[in-house]
Amino acid sequence: MQNQPRLSAGDQILNWLTTGVGRLLASIFVPLVTFLVLWRGFIFLRDSNAPQFIIVVVAIVWGVGGVALLYGVSNWLVEKLSGEWVRRLQPFIFIGPAIAILFWYLFLPTIRTLILSFQDGLGRNFVGIENYIFAFTDRVMLEAFRNNLLWMVLGTGFSVGLGLLIAVLADRTPFEKVYKAIIFMPMAISFVGAGVIWKFVYAYRGEGVGIQEIGLLNAIVIGLGGKAQPWLLLPPINNLFLIVIMVWLQTGYAMVILSSAIKGIPSELLEAARVDGANEFQVFFQIMVPTIQSTLLTVTTTIVIFSLKLFDIVRVMTGGNYGTNVIANEFYLQQFTYNHSGRASAIAIVLLIAVIPVMIYNLRQFRKRRAF
Amino acid sequence: MFFNNLLSGKEIRFRDASGNEITRKGNNLGGAFLNSIAVAVPSTIIPILIAAFAAYGFAWLNFPGRKLLFTLVVALLVVPLQIALVPILRDYTQLNLNGTYLAMWLAHTGFGLPLAVYLLFNYIGSLPRDILESAFIDGASHFTIFTRLILPLSIPALASFAIFQFLWVWNDYLVALVFLGDQNRVVTSALAAMVGEKGQDWHLLTSGAFVSMILPLTVFFALQRYFVRGLMAGSVKG
Repeated sequence: MQNQPRLSAGDQILNWLTTGVGRLLASIFVPLVTFLVLWRGFIFLRDSNAPQFIIVVVAIVWGVGGVALLYGVSNWLVEKLSGEWVRRLQPFIFIGPAIAILFWYLFLPTIRTLILSFQDGLGRNFVGIENYIFAFTDRVMLEAFRNNLLWMVLGTGFSVGLGLLIAVLADRTPFEKVYKAIIFMPMAISFVGAGVIWKFVYAYRGEGVGIQEIGLLNAIVIGLGGKAQPWLLLPPINNLFLIVIMVWLQTGYAMVILSSAIKGIPSELLEAARVDGANEFQVFFQIMVPTIQSTLLTVTTTIVIFSLKLFDIVRVMTGGNYGTNVIANEFYLQQFTYNHSGRASAIAIVLLIAVIPVMIYNLRQFRKRRAF
Repeated sequence: MFFNNLLSGKEIRFRDASGNEITRKGNNLGGAFLNSIAVAVPSTIIPILIAAFAAYGFAWLNFPGRKLLFTLVVALLVVPLQIALVPILRDYTQLNLNGTYLAMWLAHTGFGLPLAVYLLFNYIGSLPRDILESAFIDGASHFTIFTRLILPLSIPALASFAIFQFLWVWNDYLVALVFLGDQNRVVTSALAAMVGEKGQDWHLLTSGAFVSMILPLTVFFALQRYFVRGLMAGSVKG
């Protein structure tokens, strides 16, 4: 643009903007305008009484556009510098925001939570390991640990086991896609939504004249000649009823991943085994399972971590009462019901410690891959 | 009209089995639905944008601390988000951000970012290097290459993560409960509140649950292929 012989008025302005004082002014002006526009947007969203629909649209445009704008403007600023500086600074335009957010939202909080876990309920004084003594010895916590263990072992076991079974069986039917879509569908539903569905299944209306049971499970039990039960109020068996919900939600995940791993097994391998006289069980346990071992491990770890942090189902179904408390729910109760941030933090740290082996495994795998 | 009032938060009247007239206040699910959209759409796009930039930076740019910082990303993949809730809540209280959409976007961005960066890095890092070099020789800046070349090429990976993140955010209850509270309620919180208030009104609860499921189920069935692909690549998330 600078070497063009004839300049229109617009080009002249642009030209002036790209040299000397103009350039400096523009470098100040553009970020300032950007900032003002974003600030106005923020104020509008905070104070506006416009119809909700309009606010939602403005919010989406403001949020997404704002982030794009910030990238554009900061890159524009950096590219105004000399080549050497562009080379040095540009990487930080690219990774800077991500790193900043990771620091603010995950890295620093880990350290801050660790510090809080040694302080009292209001975070004022240090109390040593008192919160950890609570976390590991209190009756409530022991019950939560026991339940989480149940969730981890039974929940994960059934999810992976059923997922594997369905993956193998669906592979042999002509309607594979339909079956898989149905099993997989609950993954799209929120745990709260799933909670409503299963509350209906377990519903119990009590005894009395003219009261009719409407729950599915009670209908089955009564149909078989049994007596209606308040399923969710019966410790310790009610934990199992809650775990069924998790299995319902997670089997689809296990199935999809394992199914693609099974499809990846070379068919010659399976044929060879069958020709050699192996029956289907032997093919399954001695060929398929060992071949997809690493996928099985990944799926199992993912679901174990999931069951460790499980919160929504218990919160919605029982609120952690009747002997169904879990660690993540106790975390929530300590922080938001009892306002004891020290104990809540200690519980969060316990959760973190529980996943550290997985973290180390991930890091090892990453180093092995030599992506850098 | 009955359904409509449940959605809008007006009063609902109905007759129960024994003929008594019962009045309930609606839970404004329609408003919650809009809130969920306002939370979920930016919470999906913003982390993708930030992660795509970062993935490009990690894959194609050289800078000090590159390896260390990426190791940090991998380490943070499985960190349970409970660990961040208390400190972030304190920050938000000081910044007066509680109950705002912005607070939710940033929180979901933070919690989704490690997985997003990791997935997109795997994808963008595996794009052939020649594309990049020829564009660079033609005088394109990194920014241009990224926006004009890499982003369009990465659409399959971006779509996979987008569906994953959208369903995750839409169905999230804990983060909404902590940072939104009763302000700007999203569908999951509204539904959970209904479970508490209208535990015996099954006809209301089930319609509420259905409203909360329509959108994720549609997205899920329309884009299942991408979703599965995202799951495969993602393995472990915190």
